[in-house]
Amino acid sequence: MRPLEVGAHALLVELDSGEEARALHAELLRRRAAGELRVREIVPAARTVLLDGLDDPRGLAARLPAWSVPPPRSRARDVVELAVRYDGPDLAEVAALWGVSPGEVAAIHSGTEFRVAFCGFAPGFGYLTGLPDRYGVPRRATPRTAVPAGAVALAGPYTGVYPRASPGGWQLIGTTDAVLWDHARVPAALLAPGTSVRFVPQERP
Amino acid sequence: MTTGRAVVVVRAGALTTVQDLGRPGYAHLGVPRSGALDAPAAALGNRLVGNAPPAAVLETTVNGCAVRTRQGVTAAVTGAPCRVTVDGRPAPFGAPLWVPAGAVLDVGSAVAGVRTCLALSGGVAVEPVLGSRSADLLSGLGPAPLTDGCVLPLGPENAPHARVDVAPQPGPPAELVLRVRLGPRADWFTADALRTFGTRVYRVSSASNRVGLRTEGPPLERAVSGELPSEGMVLGAVQVPPDGRPVVFLADHPTTGGYPVVAVVHEDGLAAAAQAPPGTPVRFVPVGPGAIGSRPVGSVPAARRP
Repeated sequence: MRPLEVGAHALLVELDSGEEARALHAELLRRRAAGELRVREIVPAARTVLLDGLDDPRGLAARLPAWSVPPPRSRARDVVELAVRYDGPDLAEVAALWGVSPGEVAAIHSGTEFRVAFCGFAPGFGYLTGLPDRYGVPRRATPRTAVPAGAVALAGPYTGVYPRASPGGWQLIGTTDAVLWDHARVPAALLAPGTSVRFVPQERP
Repeated sequence: MTTGRAVVVVRAGALTTVQDLGRPGYAHLGVPRSGALDAPAAALGNRLVGNAPPAAVLETTVNGCAVRTRQGVTAAVTGAPCRVTVDGRPAPFGAPLWVPAGAVLDVGSAVAGVRTCLALSGGVAVEPVLGSRSADLLSGLGPAPLTDGCVLPLGPENAPHARVDVAPQPGPPAELVLRVRLGPRADWFTADALRTFGTRVYRVSSASNRVGLRTEGPPLERAVSGELPSEGMVLGAVQVPPDGRPVVFLADHPTTGGYPVVAVVHEDGLAAAAQAPPGTPVRFVPVGPGAIGSRPVGSVPAARRP
């Protein structure tokens, strides 16, 4: 665990793995809820957790390495299921990269239990991990200028769902009608860091 | 709250947005903080018209805006100095002023600086999103930028306005001197690059916006060529994209990013950064104790912008 100073009020805590980052994130949330930690933002990412809005980052940096951080508990009851049609324009390309048929892409993807490692890019966009390393794919050489809302996409080790129409360079393998972000809803984001996600194949109507 | 009080936008200007203190606390969901770029100017404007600090104001860009009042309104114009008129007659800048019902309050082009703030008694009362009325131009949350003819509701007037003839404000900078602390990824740059960063003069690029103050100048050479896994970003972070030119993250900055942050600007420099027009010289001055936590560089898959 390496705390790095980020200006006068923040710490970026670097961990050795995404799993460790997940564990520290859970522990930070627990301590904040228990009133043991005052911090405005706790932002988990690929292998870091940012703590922004701290009174004394140096003091916390000195205490952090002595913390005992339990491994995160899995909460299987909180799985968000997203109905997906595997009809993306890059499905064949992904199938070729994986060396399988398009139907097998759907089977492998929908057979995976994902977890939101972190969010970013747009409100409600989660970086989902869970696919084994061998299924990593590169971003498209030329990003699309318009990716529709609900597009289910892959890049690197991650799966994501575009909350709204935007430019994007990930490989599109499917479509969901789920509303990923609705600021009039509580909570606004369907996916938050730590949420478990499963994609459920849906037949075309 | 519906009060019937409102102003009608008669000239929206180049880019005028509704801004308040922003929506901190949602960065983990990918929601930028947003909020007024020149926060001290917004706070002063609210004080001058008797508003509480969270009241929403209008933030103009370069060429101001104009509104017609439906009822009499106390207003204050702060931030980038400009000519202010009410129905064509000169009115004070940086002081409370009374705008009678039906009059047109015109906030002119900035004579220095970039962003002028228009505070109206009662505050702009558009529907809040996640507790804030700020327009977030990166993710499209909050009210859209103003357009000619749009109607802005105002909240109830609830305090007497300040009794001052003119409130002093810092002038926009002829040269932007930004105090910075190095880190957290300063070690991704060569020693030469860090020297360059701390000693050479950059200039504000015309590509700057509410997301970031972009700069032109000598590129910073990386000591580490790999991709950085996505990580959380703070307001004032100086991120260095592949072209090597530092970008200072302002209020609408993304909450996570994948380029190394060489330094973080001290927060008291951000208002001046928001007021520096393209071409303004920029110097980054490293101050404070050396950053803690120098780190070895590992390799894990990078998460890049979708």
